[in-house]
Amino acid sequence: MTETRIERHHYDVVVIGAGGAGLRAAIEARLAGKRTAIISKSLFGKAHTVMAEGGAAAAMGNVNARDNWQVHFRDTMRGGKFLNNFRMAELHAKEAPQRIWELETYGALFDRTKDGKISQRNFGGHEYPRLAHVGDRTGLELIRTLQQKIVSLQQEDKREHGDYEARIKVFAETTITELLLDGDRVAGAFGYYRESGEFVLFEAPAVVLATGGVGRSYKVTSNSWEYTGDGHALALRAGATLINMEFLQFHPTGMVWPPSVKGILVTESVRGDGGVLKNSEGKRFMFDYVPDVFRKQYADNEAEADRWYKDPDNNRRPPELLPRDEVARAINSEVKEGRGTPAGGVYLDIASRLPAEEIRRRLPSMYHQFKELADVDITKEPMEVGPTCHYVMGGVEVDPDSGAAYGTVRGLFAAGEVSGGMHGSNRLGGNSLSDLLVFGKRAGGHAASYADQLAARPKVAVAAVEAAVETALAPLQRDTGESPYTLQQDLQAVMGDLVGIIRREGELVDALARLAELRERVAKVSAAGGRRYNPGWHLALDLRNMLVVSECTAKAALERQESRGGHTREDHPGMDPKWRRVNLVCALDGDVVRLTQKPLPAMRPELISLFDRAELAKYLTDEELAEFDALAEEER
Amino acid sequence: MGTEPKQTPGKPGGKRQFRIWRGDETGGDLQDYQVEVNEGEVVLDVIHRLQATDAPDLACRWNCKAGKCGSCSMEINGKPRLSCMTRMSTFDETETVTVTPLRTFPVIRDLVTDVSFNYEKARETPAFAPPADVAPGDYRMQQVDVERSQEFRKCIECFLCQNVCHVIRDHEENKPAFSGPRFFIRAAELDMHPLDARTDRKEYAQAEMGLGFCNITKCCTEVCPEHIKITDNGIIPMKERVVDRRYDPLVWLGSKIFRRGQVPQTSVTSGHSSGAVTGSPVHGGLHSHAGGSHDAQAERQAQQGVNWHREVPHPTAPAVDVNGKLPLTELTFDRAAAPSPFGDDVTFPLPPEHLNFAHPQQDEPKH
Repeated sequence: MTETRIERHHYDVVVIGAGGAGLRAAIEARLAGKRTAIISKSLFGKAHTVMAEGGAAAAMGNVNARDNWQVHFRDTMRGGKFLNNFRMAELHAKEAPQRIWELETYGALFDRTKDGKISQRNFGGHEYPRLAHVGDRTGLELIRTLQQKIVSLQQEDKREHGDYEARIKVFAETTITELLLDGDRVAGAFGYYRESGEFVLFEAPAVVLATGGVGRSYKVTSNSWEYTGDGHALALRAGATLINMEFLQFHPTGMVWPPSVKGILVTESVRGDGGVLKNSEGKRFMFDYVPDVFRKQYADNEAEADRWYKDPDNNRRPPELLPRDEVARAINSEVKEGRGTPAGGVYLDIASRLPAEEIRRRLPSMYHQFKELADVDITKEPMEVGPTCHYVMGGVEVDPDSGAAYGTVRGLFAAGEVSGGMHGSNRLGGNSLSDLLVFGKRAGGHAASYADQLAARPKVAVAAVEAAVETALAPLQRDTGESPYTLQQDLQAVMGDLVGIIRREGELVDALARLAELRERVAKVSAAGGRRYNPGWHLALDLRNMLVVSECTAKAALERQESRGGHTREDHPGMDPKWRRVNLVCALDGDVVRLTQKPLPAMRPELISLFDRAELAKYLTDEELAEFDALAEEER
Repeated sequence: MGTEPKQTPGKPGGKRQFRIWRGDETGGDLQDYQVEVNEGEVVLDVIHRLQATDAPDLACRWNCKAGKCGSCSMEINGKPRLSCMTRMSTFDETETVTVTPLRTFPVIRDLVTDVSFNYEKARETPAFAPPADVAPGDYRMQQVDVERSQEFRKCIECFLCQNVCHVIRDHEENKPAFSGPRFFIRAAELDMHPLDARTDRKEYAQAEMGLGFCNITKCCTEVCPEHIKITDNGIIPMKERVVDRRYDPLVWLGSKIFRRGQVPQTSVTSGHSSGAVTGSPVHGGLHSHAGGSHDAQAERQAQQGVNWHREVPHPTAPAVDVNGKLPLTELTFDRAAAPSPFGDDVTFPLPPEHLNFAHPQQDEPKH
């Protein structure tokens, strides 16, 4: 293998991932004077961050002056059902405004208030208008601004050193397949250029993971192809740990068909405006799924439900408007009992409920989106919808202040969706964009100072590089194995059907068995063609990451016997205060995922006293409440 | 009404004929594929199906598949498009769909091209210059003022405008000196940024980015998936201001509403424009081809479809300079782009009532 050509680079900090978190980390490392490499799986500026529409949450108080970091902190903890790492939520709430204002000095142009400040909009779960936004393309603005800031730093370097890439370089369309260690310290990263298939080795004492999420392991997802859990898997293999992997954010109604719009979310207001859910027999099935506790508020017949839209005071609500998880559970069981659509969803029908003109008036962007992308006319035909994977709350377990990964590895940092803890069991809309900025900056800065304080550079072992080359080339050299596309479909089917939005013990056990089978098959995957821009080969290499991350999710989902935020167990429907005190931590033991329980850090007194006792009583155990009471007593 | 949920949504629409360019920088050719296409699919879905079946190593860039990232640019039946936004239903069922890589950039493999040209040009475009005396958090701007730049910041960098621009599409030799529409609107965006500290954006665009190469054929605007008015709102104002006054939307709007010569001249506008306008009123606003006679032959001709009596507006004279010549360079001219030799108020195609044309069939007696 030694004759294989490998390009070598030396950097102080290598940032894997070029979305919001990665770019912000790289900026910080470069500002700290470090030679920095940015590894981007796609072209520079094409990251999944562009998909974020709502905005970036930051308590600037521009629209409502009563907003401040304490209120934002409280909202974040509530959203995550108190499972958040409180310190991360605190840092995030405190630092988000500075991070947004900083973007303006990079050239960002947010929408404005009348007095010329950054405008802020309301969003679910946020007490005050808080999301800085640019129409519905805030993510694009964020990525473009950071991209252009990096270019401006390169222009500075060009003036100073005569070379744009003297201190910061973007390696576009490059995938990292392995982190290389020297003992317990990070020594570098190994990967390949997608364009040429040539290998590349980065020798660096500090690596920042900013690779985003895991959505590609699911059949229906709003995520792009890059979301294969690379960072999660790299961290595991390097000896770091993952937490909260059972928590994934699903939306109950994403499009499942046609393929051109698969995964795109259908706003809940479609149901609020009269849309109804029907199964393949044409039956409006939601009436069969009203839980007893909701009987008083929700209608049990179509006539009453239909009257509600006009006269909500004297009628009970239609069952289509039940909480998200109830709707998801109903859709889930209809599909599993064989009354779903061919694509595995149900029908959401607004066409037969409202005149076309009215639909276009009330849902203009929905109408145009589906018309333009799929030629689906929602005024004429029902939509086909089902649960859609959107965001993973779980990720690399990190030190809240520095973003340094826990576990046995040193020199590894993580920020953004790939890190875990910040959002607890459920993320509030708008918190992801500010998360990227706050923790991207922190991870980049701390990676830089870690590199500074090292006495000697860790060395990359030749044997490790040779092993990495061999692993990478293996799918091309086999011609007997299965196609990576088939394996991906099978993996997506297992995760979508058995570890999806609603989980049951039996199905999770089944999923783990099937994942074990898939592991055997993935180990023998073969890719046709050569090394040059070969998507089949790329997918074959991504599969093993997707697989190990899926195992973490399935194992953690089986272990957590309660329902909380992005984890719903049909056999354990309630929230259990005892489980709130526990994070499930995944580590790799050889190549087996090992799961341990770890107590959640306790909130500092001044933070916990921001909440009412009545609210805390919903989440805390009696023991914790007694401590809280003692604390309150002391203060008095 | 669509009351009955369709039982077979996305029913297989059968096999369709595709021709896809396969190859690399050493050469390649169009290969034929028969591929299943279902209802509601876009070209990118079909490419994905090919990857999963007949052509696992077919190279193609994509990311968001929702028209937001600008990765999947290619040429579909010769037209530069985002493949995730090109619905199969826009083609005839029997039509062969030909997919080729972007022509302006070197091929890497199959549908993937080397777009590094664009990233080099991005690096050559001076970045935002923050105002020296404004602290972070103290930036104050009005919505109307940021909206002008926001239009250009919608750009998803699909590079379709760069690909279609004829200055570089088949002219490799122009590439070093020409940044292309994407970066003209970047310059325009910064020029219109209320707080950008640099004041020479337009001069820079002219001197260093090759703005003068552009002769406003508007191909870039036509292919922009974000519908950014690249030429009208970005390039033209930049060009106007390069030769003219500082940007003022009112003056600019005025120049659109008033005819040239009637614009209140503020500063350095070129002197020869007023000489040209005086031409038109001299002829009277209208003229008649037939000189106003009403003889029988004219009537007959009129019945055959030629109305020699009607009056058509006379075009203005072309905008010539003091020597009676059309100006040669845009730089010294008072408007963007080359002047029309027919005068500026004539647009083509001419409206039918301005034409004198007898269709041959109408020469034959009717009935």
